This record gives sequence, C-alpha cells and structure tokens, in this order.
Amino acid sequence: MIAEILQYVAGGAVLLGATFSLLAALGILRFPDLYTRLHAATKAGLVGVGTVLLGVACASFDGAVAVRSLGGVIFLVLTSPVSAHLLARAAYAAGLRPAHITVVNVLAKETDIKS
Amino acid sequence: MTGATFLDVSENLALVLLGAAVALVLWRLFSGPTLPDRIMALDLLTTLAVSIIGVLALRSGVGLLIDIALALCLVGFVSTIALARFVLARHALHEIAALPEPSVPP
Repeated sequence: MIAEILQYVAGGAVLLGATFSLLAALGILRFPDLYTRLHAATKAGLVGVGTVLLGVACASFDGAVAVRSLGGVIFLVLTSPVSAHLLARAAYAAGLRPAHITVVNVLAKETDIKS
Repeated sequence: MTGATFLDVSENLALVLLGAAVALVLWRLFSGPTLPDRIMALDLLTTLAVSIIGVLALRSGVGLLIDIALALCLVGFVSTIALARFVLARHALHEIAALPEPSVPP
C-alpha cells in the first residue's frame, strides 16, 4: 500500500519535473536577453531537476540511492544561484547590456563593474 | 492502473518531454547570439542531462547512475564558473569584439 502510494507520488514528481525543464528550455529560447534567460534557466531548471531527483528518491526503495538523490538536490540548490550570478556579472562586466524593454537597471549609473 | 504502471508511463512521458527540452536548448546553443548565452545553454544542458540520468536510474533500477548524475552536477558547476571567468579574462585582454545589442521582440 505504501509502496503503491510512493510510486504514484514518484511518477507525478518525475512528470512535473520534466514539465518544468521543458518550460525552462522554452524560456531560454523565447526571452529577449541574457539576464531574463538566466531567470528561466536557473529557477525553472533547478525546480525541474530537483523535482525529478525527489521522485527518484521516493520510488527507489533504497536508502543509499535516496540519500544520494537528496544530496544532489541540496548541492544543486547551493551551486546553481552562484554560477548564474557569476555568469550574469561577467557578462555585464564584459559589456553586454539588457534589452531595451528593461524597465529598471540599477547598475546603469555605475561606470565600471569589476568582478 | 497500478502504481508500477503509472510510474512506467510517466517515466516514458518524462523522457519525451526532456528530449524536447534538450532540442530547444541545443537551438539556443547553436544560435547564440553571444558567448554568455551559449555558456548558459551549456549549463542548462548539463542540468537536463542530470534529469535524464535520474529518470534512467529509476527506469532501470541501477542505483549507480545517481552517482554519475552527482558527478555531472559537480562538473557542470565548475565548468560554468570557469567559462564565466573566461568571459571576464577575455574582456580584460580587450580581445572582445563589440557585443551585438540584444534583439527586441516585436
């Protein structure tokens, strides 16, 4: 009974995570500039892979695999914002500017952005 | 429908969705238009590969695949940071060409 419920939960989680990943891919294809694309790639991509790994942890019925999946989720939550922030900052320092439809750019008044 | 059947169907459907996501990300990877866009697409591609390996681990029951997914997470993080530093270093050497303005959607 418990195993049945866990399998339903894992199937739903895997489907939900795959849908989020597809939406992230659609986002980086459709958004106008790098900074908005990074929103889609980092947030939606992280939720997608995290939900898939949680589903794997639910349905594996193996303690070692479940713990490693949860460790992977924690590692991704810790590192994904760091790499996205570093990439956005490097792109801004290299001279890439947001799209013209951007409403607020707090960094516009700073003339020199160093890493 | 039993739980095992539902899990099987959702794994297959998830693989189809993730394959479509990989195709869209590859499109962005090839079309650019700037180097940071391609780096971001590579990062998301690594994340999608981790998802696919997770689904395959669930499908085949081989727990070792999760270790491969974890190693891929680590490599993706380090490579994104290294490539971001490369963007900065190339800018510092004044080798960077004038980056094109981002396109404005109609």
